Amino acid sequence: MTTLAVTRATLWKDLRMEWRSKDAINSMLFFALLVVVIFSFAFNPTAEESRHIAGGLMWVAFLFSAVVALNQTWARELRNQVLDAYRVSPAPPNALFLAKAVGNFLFVTILECLMAPLFVVFYELRSVGPFWQLIVIALLGTWALVVNGTFFGALSIRTRNREIMLPLILFPISIPALLGMVDATTLILTGDGSPFFWMKLLAVYDIVFTSVCLLLFESVLNAE
Amino acid sequence: MKKIALISIPVVLLLLGISSYLALVVAPTEATMGDVQRIFYIHVPSGWVAGLCFAINFLASIVYLWKRSLSSDALAAASAEVGVIFGAVLLITGPLWARPVWGIWWTWDARLTTTLILWLIYASYLVLRRFASGGQTQVLAAAFAIFGFADVPIVYFSIRWFRTQHPAPVMGGGPDSGLAPPILHVFLTNLAMFTVLGIIFLVLRYQLAMQEQALESAHAQAALRGVSQ
Repeated sequence: MTTLAVTRATLWKDLRMEWRSKDAINSMLFFALLVVVIFSFAFNPTAEESRHIAGGLMWVAFLFSAVVALNQTWARELRNQVLDAYRVSPAPPNALFLAKAVGNFLFVTILECLMAPLFVVFYELRSVGPFWQLIVIALLGTWALVVNGTFFGALSIRTRNREIMLPLILFPISIPALLGMVDATTLILTGDGSPFFWMKLLAVYDIVFTSVCLLLFESVLNAE
Repeated sequence: MKKIALISIPVVLLLLGISSYLALVVAPTEATMGDVQRIFYIHVPSGWVAGLCFAINFLASIVYLWKRSLSSDALAAASAEVGVIFGAVLLITGPLWARPVWGIWWTWDARLTTTLILWLIYASYLVLRRFASGGQTQVLAAAFAIFGFADVPIVYFSIRWFRTQHPAPVMGGGPDSGLAPPILHVFLTNLAMFTVLGIIFLVLRYQLAMQEQALESAHAQAALRGVSQ
């Protein structure tokens, strides 16, 4: 089977499992909702203040909720030794990785689409800058979180304290991406400047880390 | 191992004594900052040793993924640990100097933030090593080390977008850069001593890591023998 065929089959399987169980998306959504409500209580901002802090709040909420989904992505494959079966099969390891990363990308994007209106309602947001730039930032930023998150999920699944390990190793590496997303979003919402530097930075981050992930995933999958 | 430790302890104490004496007594008082400037003789060499250790960690991790040799993994583990220690010295001495000179403990400037994030990345590397189980530790740690090192330039450029407050590199900067000769001599001596200090720590920690590996494989062998009987 070619890489593309394996990727498609694995992705389709993951999407179907998620459609039937809705484990990841439900826990992510509820978690993000809680974060939005708690932040709203904690800061109680006016419309003008919230425009300055909403970028940070939004991405921190998405980052925390993405971890919930990323933790489940490989745990699912441990049941019935699916991961071991995958290891002995001749299917290319990177196909598995890409399918998982794209699957997580879709889940987190759905979460963002559902949560964004809620942010608008709770924080009285209105974008001063061009709206399409927010979509570009969201796509680049989500991939940046998800590609490393999927890889580190495969690392943390092999450790003794699985669930807590993922944020511990993912957050330090993700700081530049998070900074880019937050600052670009704030710039667009307030209309204070151009977010193009951050778009370029996020694109570089995506390209560098996607390459590193694809280069190293086989070693990690077969680590004994 | 014991012999090396016994010899190196007096050497370490001697080096620390000489470098403190040079920095506190021999070096002249700096004109504008006064005695506070003396922290520079510890601050910059610590940063250099930490950077050196992180570079060794990156190279050793690549060699491990390529050759799968246990000694390169031991070197990676040792260098990350020594690097985090010297990085901590760097991050503690920096604010001590900044408070009287800048009037603030900390600022989110390019160099400071990059150093802090680098330190966090290698601290999380040590956490990963601590909690990974069995023979997978080496591969997982080596893969993570490559991620960490690839992140450094991206972190630096992302933070540089903000205003920079840290003093520019003193040596090799513009025409006005450079240190006065007496300060330069003490600084270079301190730099050499800290490098030797870092290498001693690295060698000791490396041998400890090799012994840990030997112990672990001996336990595994014993367990296998127990099963086969």
